Amino acid sequence: MADLVLQTNKLNKSFGALKASSDVSLDLLTGEIHALIGPNGAGKSTLIKQIAGNIAPDSGTVELLGRDVTRLDTVARARMGLGRTFQISALAMEYTVLQNAVLGALGGQGRPFRFFRNVMKDPGLLEPARDALERVGLVDDAGRRTADLSHGQRRQLEVAVALTLQPKLFLMDEPMAGLGAAGSKELTGFLDGLRQQAPILLVEHDMDAVFALADRISVLVYGQIIATGTADEIRANAEVRRAYLGEEDAA
Amino acid sequence: MMLTRERLLNWAMIAALLIVPLAAWSLDEPFIITLATKAAILALAGVGLNIALGLGGMISLGHAAFFGIGGYAMGILAAHAQNYEPLFAWPFLFEGSNQMPLIWLVAVVFSALAALVIGALSLRTSGVYFIMITLAFGQMLYYFAISWSAYGGEDGLSIWVRNEFPGLNTLDPIQFFAIAYVILCLALVFAARLARSPFGLALAAARQNEDRVEAVGLTPFTLRLIAFVISGAITGLAGALFADLNRFVSPTMLSWHTSGEIMIFVILGGVGRLYGPVAGAALYIMLEHLLGGISDYWQIFLGLLLLLIVLFARGGLIGALAGREKAHG
Repeated sequence: MADLVLQTNKLNKSFGALKASSDVSLDLLTGEIHALIGPNGAGKSTLIKQIAGNIAPDSGTVELLGRDVTRLDTVARARMGLGRTFQISALAMEYTVLQNAVLGALGGQGRPFRFFRNVMKDPGLLEPARDALERVGLVDDAGRRTADLSHGQRRQLEVAVALTLQPKLFLMDEPMAGLGAAGSKELTGFLDGLRQQAPILLVEHDMDAVFALADRISVLVYGQIIATGTADEIRANAEVRRAYLGEEDAA
Repeated sequence: MMLTRERLLNWAMIAALLIVPLAAWSLDEPFIITLATKAAILALAGVGLNIALGLGGMISLGHAAFFGIGGYAMGILAAHAQNYEPLFAWPFLFEGSNQMPLIWLVAVVFSALAALVIGALSLRTSGVYFIMITLAFGQMLYYFAISWSAYGGEDGLSIWVRNEFPGLNTLDPIQFFAIAYVILCLALVFAARLARSPFGLALAAARQNEDRVEAVGLTPFTLRLIAFVISGAITGLAGALFADLNRFVSPTMLSWHTSGEIMIFVILGGVGRLYGPVAGAALYIMLEHLLGGISDYWQIFLGLLLLLIVLFARGGLIGALAGREKAHG
């Protein structure tokens, strides 16, 4: 039986008159990819931020690995095993690719208060960093400056840094954004295998990727989850078609 | 270890800072030695600031506070020692000290404590607010020192004889230079190791992208606070040496002009460049000496130079000579 890794209970968040989250309850089970889709402005980013710990909900709770983390900050949640990739690449741009991966490994290890050893000669950090780069196919670019990477390579590096944390779950905010058809397909294949290591809550606009990958899909519209189900169920759901997919087809 | 242009330049600078006073010593030009000593001490203050500013991205306009606390640590301890007035009588009788190692220790401890308090409060803000709050703390200490009549108030504190270091004659300019030079070199080695350490990697990453650092489970605030304390302690040590060089400490050391000057050393040399403060302080002293001889308004030229560097050579003097920093991997 699959275990509950992440659960939100009736999250509410308003910004003035705008209700960005309205009784949002969703969960993530071991071994699955749960995709969150919804039109622009549906409140996906607000939800992600409440799950990651950037903003606190007005009411409701977030449970991570069976523990109520609603009051914990992003750092504490990351330490508990939440591996996050950002919609807009959040990387140390002056660093090399390898340095970014080592930074992830350092965070995963949780002992940054060492002041004298050369961090780039620490095998305990270099090995997981190189492994992660190898897995996303960036190992040949290890010595390059992150700022010089292509957009797609930065997306790959985001995933690699998350991997170095050996997270218990992934929270991925539009990892396919701007990747192009080939890159998107490649990453889809990679994420497909990744769910065995840790489940993924995937926010994504690329519908091909979502329908190819997701075990379950939740649809968020105007801050509310209007449906949760398998790809087939979501395709067949009349309300979803009206609210979201219909617009997508017409476009 | 790769022999980059920057590394060669660094060695050349640190060698020049040694050769110039040695040459002056053999030619019996004590004034030049004193200038070199001043450059070494101001460079040390800059090395301290550079850890906060260059590595950590904390634009502190309050480092005069630490420089001045170091200066007053020297002034107060030495004043009590020369007047045989006990500083305190409990839990043991303490009549101050004229021993540099003890003075340095006190300077480092008190400036680190001040940095801990100032940092813990200021680092809750960022950007221009951080600049203003550090500035405000610095000015607070400045006005406190002015009104602290027990230790000279506005007039400052003079010490008759330079403090002692075991086995050396500190009144001999070249020997006092040697002390300042060795401490500067140790601080540079320390700063270099810090920059490459796990802590340094995380700290500089927090400057580049705070979200990333939090997402890997590290707390930017803690990283910055520790860096701020280390930074303040080194600048405080420089303050104690500077006061000993002049045998005088006054509230001027605490004023925001001093914060600005220390920042100028860092910017002239190159923000974040390990040896930037050495280049910056040396250039500053040379300009002060050479241009100061031509005109009382030499700082107009300094301002012009600073403007050119900020506009056209963002890596400062070292950046202009050695090119863009290589990301080492």
